[in-house]
Amino acid sequence: MNVISLSAIDLALAAFLVLALAMLSLILKLGLASRLVIAAARTVIQLFLIGLVLKALFAQVSLLLVSLLSIFMLLIAGREVMARQQRRFGGWWGYGLGTLSMFVSSFTLTVYALIVVVGTEPWYTPQYAVPLLGMMLGNTMTGVALALDKLTTTAWQQRRVIEARLILGQDWRTAIGDITRDSVRVGMIPMVNAMAAAGLVSLPGMMTGQILSGTDPVEAVKYQILIMFLITAGTGFSAILATWIGARHLFDDRQRLRLERLS
Amino acid sequence: MAILQLNDFQVHTLKPLNIEVKDEVICLSGPSGSGKSLLLRAIADLITHSGEARLDGKKCSKTNPVQWRKWVGFLPAESAWWMDKVGDHFSNKNHSYIEEMKLPADCLNWEVVRCSTGEKQRLAIARLLAQQPKVLLLDEPTASLDANSVAAVEQLIKNYSRDNQAPVIWVSHDEKQIQRLNNRVYRISENEISEAEL
Repeated sequence: MNVISLSAIDLALAAFLVLALAMLSLILKLGLASRLVIAAARTVIQLFLIGLVLKALFAQVSLLLVSLLSIFMLLIAGREVMARQQRRFGGWWGYGLGTLSMFVSSFTLTVYALIVVVGTEPWYTPQYAVPLLGMMLGNTMTGVALALDKLTTTAWQQRRVIEARLILGQDWRTAIGDITRDSVRVGMIPMVNAMAAAGLVSLPGMMTGQILSGTDPVEAVKYQILIMFLITAGTGFSAILATWIGARHLFDDRQRLRLERLS
Repeated sequence: MAILQLNDFQVHTLKPLNIEVKDEVICLSGPSGSGKSLLLRAIADLITHSGEARLDGKKCSKTNPVQWRKWVGFLPAESAWWMDKVGDHFSNKNHSYIEEMKLPADCLNWEVVRCSTGEKQRLAIARLLAQQPKVLLLDEPTASLDANSVAAVEQLIKNYSRDNQAPVIWVSHDEKQIQRLNNRVYRISENEISEAEL
């Protein structure tokens, strides 16, 4: 099946809809118009730039270039995780916690998928490595941000309860146990919902993209299942890791609750 | 007999404190914000401090913090509850203090949200004593109680201290209560804690 190439006019027709929405927002005084236009412009610029980068990357299979792009994506994801938290850890912890947990989980699972599951040769073939890692990071980023935000805001709200539990002789793990479990659960909700609704309520984006570009739907479905399982595992592992390290860092070596470590 | 010693013990802006408390109920008073609660929280090792607290010669800094907090029972001014039922907050079967707090035996089945502030406070005292701490640090334990309950708590704590030979530090604003407890009293003034006349 041939792909129908989209022209600039086709994209302009789609952009017209966003502009119409921005106009409506102005009329209804929703205060969204400028943000909507800026976000749409960012989408166009960022996607075209990554398109150019990917084109150059696909032309030469280089581990160094793939690694550089991966680290760049990770650092941006780490910043996003930090920015989405109402009460985040101060200093490098605020940035490092989400970044580290995403690095451990997303990178490990992407490499696992490339070598063991997909079996590309070489394993870092950019056509597979970059989109896989991108989807892993994009989703784990949301999961980690939700989990850490839940952890820090709830610990702040329930500081008296945590201390009451410490007073009664519970260790830090038990004293904050309910909150950490709840945080991981919150971080996992988007992926569990996505898996439950896949195919019934929504056709996942990657699969839809593959079908539109002419791939056999059954092949597209197989890739989508692979991606969803990877993303779910990646989100779960990184949310658990980030929450556990974050919860530990809320206490010092004498197991005192140290909320001043949050900004 | 348990002995609580504080050596050059310092928290926040309070001047270093040296004190030894045996099986007695000592009172601590001072204006709001003078650091009474901070001092108790520091002795319970819930906040950072300098100097050393010792219980029967064992240094706080060398004792496992979980063990230390089991020995040093701290009652905050406001109790905290995290499960639905009152009874779920009692980790052992020692419910004898519930009766002594003039609470009905079935209060363990109560929903926490339906308890009054005074009931919660009495339950919090029973919950703390059920752990059999060696030391009691009480932050205005009777502030939200009626006169009958105040008398019951005062008697219970005195009995506990006597029966278990436990040191008790009791923070109170109530001069009459300080007189009733009739023991050593320490007052905080200008960041300094010093023993005062009754």
